[in-house]
Amino acid sequence: MSESLVGEREAAPSRARASLRLAAIMPALNEAEQIASVIAELRLVDPSVTVIVVDDGSIDATAAEARRAGAEVIRLPYNLGIGGAVQTGYQYALEHGFDIAFQLDGDGQHDPRQLDKIVEPVARGEADVAIGSRFLGLAEYKIPRGRRVAMAMFARLVSLIVRQPLSDTSSSFRAVNRRAMKLFAREYPHGYLETVEATVMASKYGLRLVEVPVTMRERMFGRSSLTVPRASFYAFKVVVAVFISLFRRVDVKLEEEDT
Amino acid sequence: MTIRVSLVAAGAALALLAVIFELIRSRRLQERYALLWLLTGVVILVLALWRGALSTLSDAVGIHYPPSALFVVGSAFILVVLLHYSTVISELSERNTTLAQRLALLEKRLEEEGLQETSSR
Repeated sequence: MSESLVGEREAAPSRARASLRLAAIMPALNEAEQIASVIAELRLVDPSVTVIVVDDGSIDATAAEARRAGAEVIRLPYNLGIGGAVQTGYQYALEHGFDIAFQLDGDGQHDPRQLDKIVEPVARGEADVAIGSRFLGLAEYKIPRGRRVAMAMFARLVSLIVRQPLSDTSSSFRAVNRRAMKLFAREYPHGYLETVEATVMASKYGLRLVEVPVTMRERMFGRSSLTVPRASFYAFKVVVAVFISLFRRVDVKLEEEDT
Repeated sequence: MTIRVSLVAAGAALALLAVIFELIRSRRLQERYALLWLLTGVVILVLALWRGALSTLSDAVGIHYPPSALFVVGSAFILVVLLHYSTVISELSERNTTLAQRLALLEKRLEEEGLQETSSR
């Protein structure tokens, strides 16, 4: 792992990523309808990116559609939830020697044309985790008030804990280097809103975070799978988890050479 | 505390011990998970029969009615058993996740190697 870190730092200039191997991690659950077009759009922007679709126990043709669109498909035997699925993607990316992995939602919310924005800081070695934030730019988002309040609360809470201002902790449009990949492959939060916990975790392990402004689109397909009671439950769970994570034992050694 | 309460409590504890013993004997319960239950049964049995100890205990913690102390001790053990099971479930679900992930990754690798073989022929 250490060699690749050094390698990344030396390949300094912009478009540093030309020489780097990129993996897109797309967790998917019953998204047969649109997954192919989301993959196609990404491949149009950057054909060199390897698309890893983690099928989290879909009962439709998600896996077949993704394969047809040219993605590497990993099928989980049963539903693990978004956290477990994303983690599987990180495990695959780590095992297969990718230099940078980024998360991309299967619902078309993340615009692949903005890929460079989150990849560049990581490619230049300025950050271990780059998070695309909706709220740093000028664009307005139509977000229901309850959710907006919760998001703002998470942002404040996480900023306080990681001692760095972050505006969009629930954004899953994020890129990581091998160092962060290694952490997430070993340990990743479960359930929804896992990005909030993952951010705190990354900071706790001394990873460098950076937020970059991106614009996101309205969800092109489907609806959020979160209902109000469910969202409240997860919001509560995340607050508790974040609080406990402050005191949790650190048990992944990032410096150690593995494999 | 009447003799009757003692006898009923002792009987219940014995029944619990008998059930646990039978579950272990028929291999439906692993010893490691039965230990806490066995301890629960034994402690309740001892306190039910050894009435001096129960009175001393209830006096010490300010419970006026000794059979309540028996109840409290029993509840405490049940709480401990439940907490223990929560940790066991957490560990199992963690391992379950890891297994599912490893299985998925291995299947993927198998598939890749299968493809390589067919294409090299």
